[in-house]
Amino acid sequence: MKQSRFALIINPIACDGHGVCAELLPERINLDPWGFPIIESGPLPVQVLDHARRAVTSCPRLALTLVTQERGPG
Amino acid sequence: MRQHSPRSSAATRERSHRSAVEPPRDAERLLAGLDAKGSAVALGDHLGRWGSLPPWSGSSFLDELDRSGLRGRGGAWFPVGTKWRAVRRAGSRNPVVVANGAEGEPASGKDWVLITQLPHLVLDGAVIAAISIGASQVVMHVPSGAVPAMTRALEERKRRNLDRCTIDIVVSADRFLAGQETAVVSTIVGRTPAMPTFVGLRSIREQGVGGRPTLVQNVESLAHAALIARFGAEWFRQIGSPESPGTALLTVTGRWAEPRIVEAPLGMPLGESLLLDASNARSIQGVLLGGYGGGWLSSAEALAMPLTEETARLKGSSIGSGVVALLPSGICSLSEVSRVVRYLEGQGAGQCGPCVNGLAALANSLELLAHRPASLRGGLPIISRLCGLVEGRGACHHPDGAARFVRSALRVFADHAAVHLQRGPCPPSAPFLPTPPSESSPVRSASPR
Repeated sequence: MKQSRFALIINPIACDGHGVCAELLPERINLDPWGFPIIESGPLPVQVLDHARRAVTSCPRLALTLVTQERGPG
Repeated sequence: MRQHSPRSSAATRERSHRSAVEPPRDAERLLAGLDAKGSAVALGDHLGRWGSLPPWSGSSFLDELDRSGLRGRGGAWFPVGTKWRAVRRAGSRNPVVVANGAEGEPASGKDWVLITQLPHLVLDGAVIAAISIGASQVVMHVPSGAVPAMTRALEERKRRNLDRCTIDIVVSADRFLAGQETAVVSTIVGRTPAMPTFVGLRSIREQGVGGRPTLVQNVESLAHAALIARFGAEWFRQIGSPESPGTALLTVTGRWAEPRIVEAPLGMPLGESLLLDASNARSIQGVLLGGYGGGWLSSAEALAMPLTEETARLKGSSIGSGVVALLPSGICSLSEVSRVVRYLEGQGAGQCGPCVNGLAALANSLELLAHRPASLRGGLPIISRLCGLVEGRGACHHPDGAARFVRSALRVFADHAAVHLQRGPCPPSAPFLPTPPSESSPVRSASPR
């Protein structure tokens, strides 16, 4: 699987647990017992990028972001 | 953007920056300057003991700081030089230094001692930080009770026209998370209540107070920096391990009748610093190192362990903010753990769903284990699973710290947990670890799902 330069990050303060993202991108996103998304970290495979973009734009709280992984925090 | 200043040769540096005062040779460094009666050390006495801050200019002190290997004493033990450089690199947009004395850990008291009794050592550290990163503004972020001592210290410095930067005082909130660095920025810009914010891959080092690059540094780290600026990196490294050099202030509870602040040489067995040996281990059930974001150790391993951050982490703990609590026998460890986790749940900002729900569920399960173990469905594995569900899922590290606290407790108190599950709970015991009542309500509460 070819890796893209992109990864998903979530703003846990903005997220309300609607769960749309997990429906659109089940390959990378699961829901916890309370309905909040658990996102697999690391670069996204190229073939799921379109789904990831849809998940980002469909989030009613705009809590999900695609970022390029050039640098980490710290 | 990056600024370079001409490097002086080692010999020149030696001549111009070596303090006229002899450095302390034993492990009492910061506390060597304490006033015997416990009052604040006045500027004259401070300068008499330590001399003036040597004339470092621009970024020249950063190399010395890097060589010293000083790591942050607020809890994260992040390399201080790396942090200062990151803020300096973010550069040119008028950076700010925040000296953080908020000390949210209820069992910690060392920062309070520094800001109320050695204010000039902390101020010197903040000033050398401001010089090093090119800041013209310093904010002293301290609890309301420390404001009079800090105000007096600032007046003394103003009278002597000591500092080129402006130094303001901002009162910290009285909460566990008040010292968390994004919450500190919230307090300073007047956002109430003082809550952590989501910064994503950015950092307040680049965009903090008013969008300016911001250095939030614990007051003990600054006090060490003030001595490194006088006596040099080589002196600083004479004590400690290569990865954890220097000394650290510990707030020790359960060793003497009252909690005590101890300056411990890093690398020395913790037992030695506390004047305890292996024979004392039996009367101690476990040792909490690093506070409520740290971790439990068995008394035998804690007393024998060389006190370094790398050893503590290998054992699932951290020196964190320097809290050392020795849990005596006769107190139910699981009751203590469940009470602290309920406290941590209440002290959360209530902003992130996984933390709100996860800490509530953790506290519920731990209360069952402590008081009604027969009702704990799923047993201990359910508690580990809940830890996994909160780790890394908050905007700040509050849930991560709580999970470390719980995981380490399950390891150290495994035998006692087995006794609870087989034979039932312990009789009630008096509380040992401090859990002050919450004053403000969180933003959201756990969902019923």
